[in-house]
Amino acid sequence: MERDEQEPTMSEPTKTKYDRQLRIWGEVGQAALENASICLLNCGPTGSEALKNLVLGGIGSITVVDGSKVEIGDLGNNFMVDKKSVGESKAKTVCAFLQELNDAVRAHFVEENPDSLILTDPSFFSQFTLVIATQLVEDSMVKLDRICREANVMLVFARSYGLTGLVRISVKEHTIIDSKPDHFLDDLRLNNPWPELKRFVETIDLKTPDPIAHKHIPYVVILVKMADEWAKTHSSHLPSTREEKREFKDLVKSKMVSMDEDNYKEAVEATFKVFAPRGISKEIQEIIDDRYAEVGSNSSAFWVMVAALKEFISNEGDGEAPLEGSMPDMTSSTEHYINLQKIYHTKAEDDCLSMEQRVKDILAKVGRDPSSISKQTIKSFCKNARKLKVCRYRMIEDEFSNPSVTELQKCLASQDYSSAIGFYILLRAVDRFAATYNKSPGQFDGGDIEEDASRLRTIAPSVINEMGCDGYELPEELCNEMCRFGAAELHVVAAFIGGIASQEVIKLITKQFVPMLGTFVFNGIDHNSQSLTL
Amino acid sequence: MDAPQSKSRDLDKLLLRSGNLVGPGFFPGTDLRDDIREYVRVLVVGAGGLGCELLKDLALSGFRNLDVIDMDRIEVTNLNRQFLFRLEDVGKPKAEVAAKRVMERVSGVEIKPHFSRIEDKELDFYNDFNIIALGLDSIEARRYINGVACGFLEYDEDDNPRSETIKPMVDGGTEGFKGHARVIVPGVTPCFECTIWLFPPQAIKRAELFGIPGVTYSLTQGVVKNIIPAIASTNAIISAACALETLKIVSGCSKTLANYLTYNGGEGLHTKVTEFERDKECLVCGPGILIELDTSITLQKFIDMLEEHPKLLLSNASVKHGKDSLYMQAPPVLEEMHRPNLSKPLYDLMGRVEKDTVHVFGTALKNEEKQSSLTKLRVVFKEVDGVADMDTAILRVNSKRKTPL
Repeated sequence: MERDEQEPTMSEPTKTKYDRQLRIWGEVGQAALENASICLLNCGPTGSEALKNLVLGGIGSITVVDGSKVEIGDLGNNFMVDKKSVGESKAKTVCAFLQELNDAVRAHFVEENPDSLILTDPSFFSQFTLVIATQLVEDSMVKLDRICREANVMLVFARSYGLTGLVRISVKEHTIIDSKPDHFLDDLRLNNPWPELKRFVETIDLKTPDPIAHKHIPYVVILVKMADEWAKTHSSHLPSTREEKREFKDLVKSKMVSMDEDNYKEAVEATFKVFAPRGISKEIQEIIDDRYAEVGSNSSAFWVMVAALKEFISNEGDGEAPLEGSMPDMTSSTEHYINLQKIYHTKAEDDCLSMEQRVKDILAKVGRDPSSISKQTIKSFCKNARKLKVCRYRMIEDEFSNPSVTELQKCLASQDYSSAIGFYILLRAVDRFAATYNKSPGQFDGGDIEEDASRLRTIAPSVINEMGCDGYELPEELCNEMCRFGAAELHVVAAFIGGIASQEVIKLITKQFVPMLGTFVFNGIDHNSQSLTL
Repeated sequence: MDAPQSKSRDLDKLLLRSGNLVGPGFFPGTDLRDDIREYVRVLVVGAGGLGCELLKDLALSGFRNLDVIDMDRIEVTNLNRQFLFRLEDVGKPKAEVAAKRVMERVSGVEIKPHFSRIEDKELDFYNDFNIIALGLDSIEARRYINGVACGFLEYDEDDNPRSETIKPMVDGGTEGFKGHARVIVPGVTPCFECTIWLFPPQAIKRAELFGIPGVTYSLTQGVVKNIIPAIASTNAIISAACALETLKIVSGCSKTLANYLTYNGGEGLHTKVTEFERDKECLVCGPGILIELDTSITLQKFIDMLEEHPKLLLSNASVKHGKDSLYMQAPPVLEEMHRPNLSKPLYDLMGRVEKDTVHVFGTALKNEEKQSSLTKLRVVFKEVDGVADMDTAILRVNSKRKTPL
């Protein structure tokens, strides 16, 4: 038997230790984490907390880059330093404390200032799977983004600033097969049965005089018949208006012969599955229409499979994606259930074989090894073909210099005192401020912040202006609040922001679930945080 | 020249400077910072995934007097997220190890561990804290603590909460990539019980709402623990939100969450704040069931009345007045000890005050099902020459001001 290459074997103690997360991303996801190497820039609390969560989860290796020494002030906001480490290298200290959490992780540190490393040694970053860049100012963000895009290294920015902060992913493209949506309609094809299913349904008579047999007809059969009956009298249309849907439900109900028929109750409850439109969703249509679906010799396995999917849908799929093949539990005689299961399973297998052939043909056509995409990968792709996701992120530079003005205007029009756009602009404004005055607004001891506040209030409109919007002003109270924050990196805000950063890293590396889009702007004042896509 | 650095370099920006978007009663200054250090006591309930994070977060948010209570011992499956524990700690009490680890790392913080069931503590234990942070994974345990905290709440004649009796709570919960954080200010924002409908009915197991020491009921006994998928990041995010709200409630340094934050990080990243409404008739946080009694009524008569009260239907009631048990159904030795009270007037047993709160514990009939229940009653004694029939001396319910039956 061929070995399942995608199911790595894990030792029992490791399985137990990671049990609660294996239930979420499985051994395949865990293996991806264990093969990943992460670089952290700046190990203040935001960075330290982000890494802490990844080290606990068993990430492969970490490299902590920070050129500063532990100061007394750090003792008040970072759990990964202590009194004894004051004056020592912060990178070394944090790295040692993180290592304590999990000895399976390889932990390294580099005692260097990230801003200068970005300038002097761009090739340094190409060794990593992903870089988490914390507390960087705009200029360094832009430069690092270019470097990582060039080197094909994933990048996650995280910043905590007073009671606000942000998280932003920067990856050219992230494709997901196993997106694990919370709710997803099962793939039963009730309103679009293939010939084998149709034939099976025809062998069962809803009018059977035997009451026992009648209450053991699986709801799949009932609904396929009803959908067919409906279509015949409604020129192939499915019930779509509320009125029609009720009518359809009543039609199903009318076939009940006694009140205790669970199968009919299930059928009535599942009528919504009949109402779902035939064929593929808009999202999948967009993916197969994507220009990357025109594959070449450099295309990723994902896009090669999408190209195969496109062919499949317009040929043997007859407008549908490969069948998922699984069936939910339902009231049924054992015989009917097993037969149905077999019909679904066989169709899924057949679809997968067709896809496999198409993948091979496409690979051969573009001059690649036809077996370079494994059977297992294709199988997983087929099972998830209705749930594929493609996430793309603008370059930071583009977003900064050429944001979506319509989106921006929409955000700015909101008069909310603590809107995400206000924080977003002010986070950029404080960097301008720092470039001019060598410190962030309000970054000093003492309470008199009025001078800095009035300076910030003049810088903020110029940022808006440069982004292509005129005549907008930010609420004065928000500018003042930003000055009050004085670049403080509060532990709790750092733990929140770092937590989100680590979560996004997990999604990017496991290629499961769907990472956030745009810039997540944290609002620690009333928690009305928001994501902005500019 | 720069002044020598302070450990609260970052926190000082929030606590020492005045702000525009702050809570009511925010008085920034060194006094505020020092008071939080010296006088504010926070209880962390649970030393698991959320509890470990909460202890760390609070210790690094200016709090120095923390207690933590947890009855569990460390297991291997905790290690992927409960970052205060190491492999060699397996089998040790969570509360003790968690307290020790945070104290080792953060100098100046005092954390008192309690390796105990939450229901084994006297009610007074909970009253000593200014705020309670919940890091629990069961609905029952949340209901219990909520009942205890709301039990301290007193209302004035106009059914307004007396602010000095309010015991705020912050509550967090996670499952996989999802979670919630909420702020409960009894009498002001909805308590756990006001929004119990948020949970599917099958998730709400029989609530064993007992506060009487010695009673054999327990929150965890016989309850099979559900295995909930759990990861470090969600716990960190939710705990951080809870700790931030704790700091804000205590200091007023910013607005507070109003009042329920839901978090979903699986499909993209979504957070949502919902302002739930209080249930004005909530048996737990509401003004309670007001009962007018004649001063001559005996404890036995009172207990009998509880059984017939349409809002209570409480049988086998034990009665507690403040710290004092007036009557206990179990265990036998305590029952016997309190039995002589049954024939005494409740008025005398309650110290001949005109009105006060009593807690009654017993079995209530709710939705045709018998449930253990802990309820607060506001007892008001009528003039001695009252005319009402004793058997139906149950008069006003909440704010409805019904006339005597």
